[in-house]
Amino acid sequence: MKIITRFSLLVTWLIALGGAHAENIAVLGATIYPMAGAPLKDGVILMSDGKITALGPKVSVKIPEGYRILQAAVVTPGLIDAHATVGLSGLLNQAQDQDMLEKSSAVQPELRALDAYNAKDPLVSWVRSYGVTTVNTGHAPAALISGQTMIVKTFGRTADEDVINPAAMTAVTLGRNGLTNAEGGSAASKSPGNRSKAVAMLRAELIKAQEYAKKRDAKDESKRPARDLKTETLLRALTGVQPLLITANRQQDIISALRLAQEFKLKIVLDGCADAPMVLAQIKASGFPVIVHPTMQRSYEDMENLSVETAGKLHAAGIPIALQSSYEAYVPKTRVVLFEAAVAAAHGLGFEAALASITSGAAQLLGIADRTGSLVVGKDADLALYDGDPFEYTSHCTGTIVGGIVFADGAH
Amino acid sequence: MLNRPLLCLAALLGLTATVNAQEKPQVFTGAQIIPISGAPIAHGVLVVAGGKIVAVGAADKIAIPAGAEIHDVTGKVLMPGLVDSHSHVGSGSGGDGSGPIQPETRVLDSLDARNASIQKARAGGITTVNVMPGSGHLISGQTLYLKLREARTVDDLLIKLPDGTNAGGLKMANGTNSMRGANGFPGTRAKSAALVRAEYIKAQEYLDKIKRANGDAEKLPPRDLALEEMSDVLAGQRIVQNHTHRHDDILTVLRLAQEFGFKVVLHHVSEGWRVAPEIAAAHAPCSVIMIDSPGGKLETKDADWRTPAILEQAGVLVGFHTDDPICDSRRFLRSAALAVRAGMTRQGALAAVTIANAKILGLDARVGSLEPGKDADFIVLSADPLSVYAHIEQTWVEGTKVFDLSRPADHLYAVGGAGAGDSRHAQLCCFTSAWDLIANANHGGEQ
Repeated sequence: MKIITRFSLLVTWLIALGGAHAENIAVLGATIYPMAGAPLKDGVILMSDGKITALGPKVSVKIPEGYRILQAAVVTPGLIDAHATVGLSGLLNQAQDQDMLEKSSAVQPELRALDAYNAKDPLVSWVRSYGVTTVNTGHAPAALISGQTMIVKTFGRTADEDVINPAAMTAVTLGRNGLTNAEGGSAASKSPGNRSKAVAMLRAELIKAQEYAKKRDAKDESKRPARDLKTETLLRALTGVQPLLITANRQQDIISALRLAQEFKLKIVLDGCADAPMVLAQIKASGFPVIVHPTMQRSYEDMENLSVETAGKLHAAGIPIALQSSYEAYVPKTRVVLFEAAVAAAHGLGFEAALASITSGAAQLLGIADRTGSLVVGKDADLALYDGDPFEYTSHCTGTIVGGIVFADGAH
Repeated sequence: MLNRPLLCLAALLGLTATVNAQEKPQVFTGAQIIPISGAPIAHGVLVVAGGKIVAVGAADKIAIPAGAEIHDVTGKVLMPGLVDSHSHVGSGSGGDGSGPIQPETRVLDSLDARNASIQKARAGGITTVNVMPGSGHLISGQTLYLKLREARTVDDLLIKLPDGTNAGGLKMANGTNSMRGANGFPGTRAKSAALVRAEYIKAQEYLDKIKRANGDAEKLPPRDLALEEMSDVLAGQRIVQNHTHRHDDILTVLRLAQEFGFKVVLHHVSEGWRVAPEIAAAHAPCSVIMIDSPGGKLETKDADWRTPAILEQAGVLVGFHTDDPICDSRRFLRSAALAVRAGMTRQGALAAVTIANAKILGLDARVGSLEPGKDADFIVLSADPLSVYAHIEQTWVEGTKVFDLSRPADHLYAVGGAGAGDSRHAQLCCFTSAWDLIANANHGGEQ
């Protein structure tokens, strides 16, 4: 008995030392959107050890003794930001917190988000305060190949503890924003200076990776090539393990991305796609999903034609979509997917599809639907709590639960 | 391929009747009216004529004039046109890189009245706007208060004051934006203040010389465009619209305003929550920006959505602004809603995009609320103005409809898409609708 008491004391002490921990939680929701099945009125969700253990109507789910009870008008799965630079870019926008772009070369697929992600940047807790529990974050869409993205939970511990997929996608940018030496540009690297050169460089890199793969499989060990981080990364794109996330906003750049995918039999994810309404049929035929530009993104240059209705049009065409906070060089530094989905919902996408674009749909697109994105027994205890319609400007996110850890420091 | 000239002609013939429409009274019935100057009216009637509001009130209390054109807006919400106290629509400019103090430059000499951003502002329900030069100078130039009427040139947008001058303010800034450290620009905050003080002292002396000349042309100082402008500010004829973020920068503005006695409005006011009592004591109105995330630059790291609520509670006159393109003019009402989310009263937030901003610009006798005698500037919404699901369906300026969501060309500016970045086509009375037809016929870019 004495030993047991001491042991539990020790456990308590260890937990206290470690700070937040996964609790036994019961969330009572007047309306719960599980995003797997119909909305639930007056429901209960039980969580233990960071996982969802029960979900159902209040009358049929018994809350065990000792559970922490939270209440909310509306409960949704924790939100997923399908493409961000959060954690690589920081809240301050000063040189020391801007790791989302390395300008020394136009082609740097070897750059890992994991080696730059700052889990403790205030921007991480900022997006979490609006219900975001998972982020696909990484190198910004501003170089031909800027680096890789990672999928990370917003616990705010360390990159290694919070990461779900350390090498999710490789970020490629086509169009003007991907040119390091466009007319008037002042970048160190000479190329690409125009669209043709950009695609030629990409093709050359992918062919190099194909050749590397052939040599690597040589029976004679002495004939195998030396390890090359760039090529290894692109090889993962060629084998479909790590898709290319191709940011393309102008219709000709979207078509170039599809052409590349066809030539190299790539699995890609289209990103941005301001001009998508002009090439809906081609996108649909390709079968590739789209991470649509933030609904409220400013329209200029390649994004000149963006529209608040684009997400709705893509969805209506049956194209899988997710929304994102993206990256912009000027204020506001970070958009919040909750707000972007709200405006999309009001402009043709509708409530349920808009919610899916930042929960279940985003999880499917990112390949993490087995863990998060919907409220299903066995999945991660990732939830967002609201005091009203989550999309209404005047509603608040009253709590965010990440893997069974409650973050509720005031209504946001 | 449709025959364009034929389309134009058809539109002209069909729409000649609308030219004189605003001469006869127009009556809007069935909407919930939010007059701002009083409590909302569940089933209201608005009567306008000659570009002015004639009557506004409950349906059973307002007589509908004979021969009036009736607009049935049952189920809609009708409120005053929005007033944006700080914007950069129309791609105007002020001072250049040659120095930190350029009060002689005017937005007037640079504004593109047909710029797409202006039509987007109309789509956002904005009917009056203060177009400012940038914030990269201590004194960056003369701003322009505009009415977003149908316009071919900037002259069509101007607001004429009783003395014949164009309504506008003077843009000033402190903090890091104007601290460029070269070309005579300051490198520190103290230097910034010293340069501004020196300029005001020069203006005081200039005024003094004029006064001492006592009308004697020989003794008058030579004309100086910069000092003439500064003299207007000292005389209280022009309000200083001052960009400022950090709490100490805010206090610096108040200190200089007190020293020289100029009227000032604080803009952005990111750390206004830290010095709300001081702002209230100085009776300085605030035009606050509601931006999606803090940071972006060091001096805005403590920006907080609670600022409007805190200022409101302290008794400060609070308005909002878009700073377009920083915030989108089409979502200006969102600023008010986000302030409510962070604790501001609904009444205060709605005032902040209408009458408070009208006061901030000194135009509250003409705009900012629905009252008889004021300009007939109003918007018609599909739902509550603070709801994300509400769409602005119509925008009227001085009794003329300048935006209609049901017109394809206007819809394009409201939601974006191919062509939404282009300048609006020439507006010559009935041509608007002809261009709509063409835009419709050419609407084949999308699949």
